Amino acid sequence: MKRLFAALLLAPVLATAQDVAPDVLVKSVTLEVVDLIAKDKDIKAGSRAKLVEVIEAKVLPHFNFNAMTALAMGQNWSKASPEQKKRLTEEFRTLLVRTYASALAAYSEQKFDFRPLRAKPNDTDVTVNVRVLQPGAQPVTLDYSMEKAAAGWKVYDVMIGGVSLVANYRTEFSNTVRASGVDGLIKDLQTKNRALAEKK
Amino acid sequence: MFLAALLALAGCASTGEERDPRDPFEGLNRGVYRFNETFDQYVGQPVARAYVKVLHQEIRARIGNFFSNLADPLIGVNNLLQGKFTEAVNDWARFAFNSTIGLLGIHDVASDWGYEKHNEDFGQTFGWWGAASGPYLVIPILGPSTLRDGLGTGLDIYTDPVGEIRPIRLRNSLVVTRGVHTRADLLEAGRLLDEAALDKYVFLRDAYLQRRRSLVYDGRPPREKLE
Repeated sequence: MKRLFAALLLAPVLATAQDVAPDVLVKSVTLEVVDLIAKDKDIKAGSRAKLVEVIEAKVLPHFNFNAMTALAMGQNWSKASPEQKKRLTEEFRTLLVRTYASALAAYSEQKFDFRPLRAKPNDTDVTVNVRVLQPGAQPVTLDYSMEKAAAGWKVYDVMIGGVSLVANYRTEFSNTVRASGVDGLIKDLQTKNRALAEKK
Repeated sequence: MFLAALLALAGCASTGEERDPRDPFEGLNRGVYRFNETFDQYVGQPVARAYVKVLHQEIRARIGNFFSNLADPLIGVNNLLQGKFTEAVNDWARFAFNSTIGLLGIHDVASDWGYEKHNEDFGQTFGWWGAASGPYLVIPILGPSTLRDGLGTGLDIYTDPVGEIRPIRLRNSLVVTRGVHTRADLLEAGRLLDEAALDKYVFLRDAYLQRRRSLVYDGRPPREKLE
C-alpha cells in the first residue's frame, strides 16, 4: 500500500522527466544547481557535505552510473559477477561524486553557453554541448553523452575539454584488473575513497 | 641522435609488463614524471601558491591577459598554416584590438566584442596536416607531450615573441612570470587530478592524449564509440 502510494506520487515526476528534451534537461539542472550553490550559506562557507547533498538530490538522478562503470570497465565488465558489478558501481559513483563536488566548489560565477542540440527528433543517443565561458581564455567545453531510458534521458559520459571521463578510467581499470583482478580494483577504489573522505 | 638516445634508454627501462602501445618509453617517462612531480612539489606549487596569495585575482587576470595577447599572433599563424583563414584573421584582430584599446593586452576587449580566443600551436598544426602523435613523452619541467607535440613545442619556443624581448633580464623575468602564472592557473586542475586518479601517471597521460586529439580537431574529433 505504501509502495503504491509512493508510485502514485512519483508518477507525475517521472512523466515530466521523460518528456523533457536532453538539452533542456542539462540547462535546467545546471542552472538550478549553480543557483543553489550561490545561495547556500553552508556551501559558500566550504561545506563539502552540503555540496554532496545537493549533487545527490539534483544531479545524480540524471546519471546512469551502471552504464558509466560498464564503459569504464570495457571488456572486463563481463568478467565481473553481479555482486562485483554492484560494488564497483557504488565505489566508482562515490569517487565521481567527490570529484564532481571538488570541481563545483571551484566554480566562481562563470557564464554558460548552452549550445543548440544537433540531433534528430527520434534519436535515443545524443551529445549535449555546453561551454563554460571565461575571460581571456578559450571556453571550456562540457559534452554530455546521453541516452534515452524509460525514466527519461540519462548521462553516461561527460567530456571535459575533449577528455572523456569514462574513457580516462579505462586504462587504469584494465591495468588494475590485469594485476589484481576485479576484487583488486574494488579494493583500490575503496582505499581511494576512504583516503579522500579522511582528508576532508 | 636524441631519438637514438631515447630508444636506448627505453630499452633499458623496459619491464616485463604488458606495455601500452602509445607509451613505449613508459619506464623512462615515469622517471622524468617523478622528477617533475618532485620539482613541482618543492618549487612549482609553492611559488604558484605564493603568487595567488600575494596578487589579487583582478591583477592576476590582467597578467594572464597580457601573456595571452602576446600569443595571439602566432595562434593566427598556426590557423593560417591549417588553412583556417577566418580564424587567423580573428586572432590578428584580437591582437590589434587588445594591444591598443586593451592597453597592451591587459584587457581582453576583443572577447567582449565576439572575437573568441583560440587554442593553437605547432603540435596541433602538424596534427592537422596528418602527423600522428607518435610515442608519448614526458618532458622535464614541461610535462606531458608526444614526439609530434614535443617538436611543436620546440618551434613554439623558437618563435615565441617573449624570447625576442630585450634586455635579457626583462625577458627572463617575463618568462618566469608567465611560467608561474601558468602553473597557478593549473592549481585547481592539479587538485582534481590528485582526487580523481588511481594511478596519476596513467590518468594524466590518457587525459593529455585525449585532450590533444580533441584540440587537433578543434573540439570535434571523429567520434570514438566506447564499447
